[in-house]
Amino acid sequence: MIGTTARREEIVSRKVLTFTDEPKAHYAWDCGEAMGRYLQELKKGKLIARKCHKCQRVMIPPRIFCEKCFRDTDEWVYVKDTGRVNTFSVCFVTWDMKRIKKPQIPSVIEIDGASKGMGFLHMIHCPDWKKVHVGMKVKAVWKPKGKRQGAITDILYWVPI
Amino acid sequence: MKRVAVVGAGLTKFVRRAKETPKELAWGATKAALDSAGLKLKDVDAVVHGTAPDAFDGIHMKGEYLSEASGGFNKPYLRCYVGGGTGVFAPIEGWFHVASGMFDTVLCVCEEKMSTYQPHPQGAFLSIFDQFTERPLKPNLLWIFALEMNRYMQTYGLKLEDIALASVKNKKNALDHPSAQVAKAVTLQEVMNSEVLAWPVHRLMVSPVSDGAAAVVLMSEEKARKITDKPVWIQGVGWNLDTAYWTNRDLCFPEYVANAARMAYNMAGIREPRKEIHIAEPYDPFAYKELHHLEGLLLCDKGKAPEDLAMGRFDREKGSLPSCPSGGLLGVGNPIAAAGMMKICELFWQLRDEAGHRQVPGKPERGVAQAWGDLMQVGTVVVMGRN
Repeated sequence: MIGTTARREEIVSRKVLTFTDEPKAHYAWDCGEAMGRYLQELKKGKLIARKCHKCQRVMIPPRIFCEKCFRDTDEWVYVKDTGRVNTFSVCFVTWDMKRIKKPQIPSVIEIDGASKGMGFLHMIHCPDWKKVHVGMKVKAVWKPKGKRQGAITDILYWVPI
Repeated sequence: MKRVAVVGAGLTKFVRRAKETPKELAWGATKAALDSAGLKLKDVDAVVHGTAPDAFDGIHMKGEYLSEASGGFNKPYLRCYVGGGTGVFAPIEGWFHVASGMFDTVLCVCEEKMSTYQPHPQGAFLSIFDQFTERPLKPNLLWIFALEMNRYMQTYGLKLEDIALASVKNKKNALDHPSAQVAKAVTLQEVMNSEVLAWPVHRLMVSPVSDGAAAVVLMSEEKARKITDKPVWIQGVGWNLDTAYWTNRDLCFPEYVANAARMAYNMAGIREPRKEIHIAEPYDPFAYKELHHLEGLLLCDKGKAPEDLAMGRFDREKGSLPSCPSGGLLGVGNPIAAAGMMKICELFWQLRDEAGHRQVPGKPERGVAQAWGDLMQVGTVVVMGRN
């Protein structure tokens, strides 16, 4: 049966040959209308959403069209920089599976002022991760004004309130 | 629409890092599938190939690269790709080809070689996240599974122990699978005590990185009747995609899987899936995923699959609905597209009583295979049966 295991020592000793290359790809993504405004507002320390007048949903991240009604969205709406933990994890490894000492706490945070269930991915900062729970109220901690770049990382993390 | 039969299936071994190239793996599975049906490549009218991101191999247009190995040379050939859902979508594409009447004999081949990506193939997934709102946070793939699993557990108040039993069951089932990479008799305690990667996900609740390939041969009824007295019929197919705004929907239930399942059951004339489906091969890259998907497939009440598992309902030998009799991704391995196709192969062997020590007792009449992928977005479902 085809499918023969290659052992690490065979590869390291060059008994089994491999060939390596590092393709490099660089991109510059245009932000478009909705994301462009969203990022500009982040730079000001504000969260903004788009509202669809047909289904009345206040959507974050914002988009210029409502995917449910399949029509243009109608209005920019500021939402709060507070919310609730919809779900979270406590991650002890990097993407290449190395252990990290201080665990990261990624979370989907439902944003106050947006429609129910509307949230986005961000990080929680809580020294005792065992205290983090679904439904926990959190608030954004922003970078100092001069250091913001118009990026999702202008919010450093979210802390319990 | 013409009836479509599966008449042959083939697999390679699934291994962490294969000495073989992607082409050599694809060739191994393709030849095995043709041999099992007693067919030659000249008998094949068209070829469908399924393989996941080009980034794994670092080879752009991987479908074209793999075409000779899959027998697609000088034939109508296409590659399909819906992330992790690809392995069950490739036979659906093959089904289109035959059901439409355009082709009589179609090869469906899935191959994945993840190990090429250095230092760890998880890196190939980093660019699935939104480039503006997510990637700057440096997410890794484990996060989305951990976030979904936690939401699932919190919504229904599930016990981690009940979910961990899926790893125990599948790794044990895989002991009887000749292709298996991580088959093992493990105890519930061992799974619970394994290292926490991203809470609530523990190491033994995750399928491994794998290289491997799988293939099936599909045929129209007229042709199939001439070469075999045991055709296995594709009775229903379904697929469905949810929005990529994954943080705007509740992850506790995979609605897109339920939509795909309803479509497939409807085509198969199934009204009561819990009575009319006898074997399930839901997609199980993580322990909770098997259970989440059994609920999406409408085979369990919402939030009740872990309890059903603990009660033995999904046991291969004694359960009323054996689930992952192959050993699944948790036991056999997870070469993405090939893993889904492995589930189609398993139903083929089970429904022909050719599954050896893995054979589900009681002459099962009908089974369902399902795969899942993208940003927790796509469900692909195939129902297969003896009649």
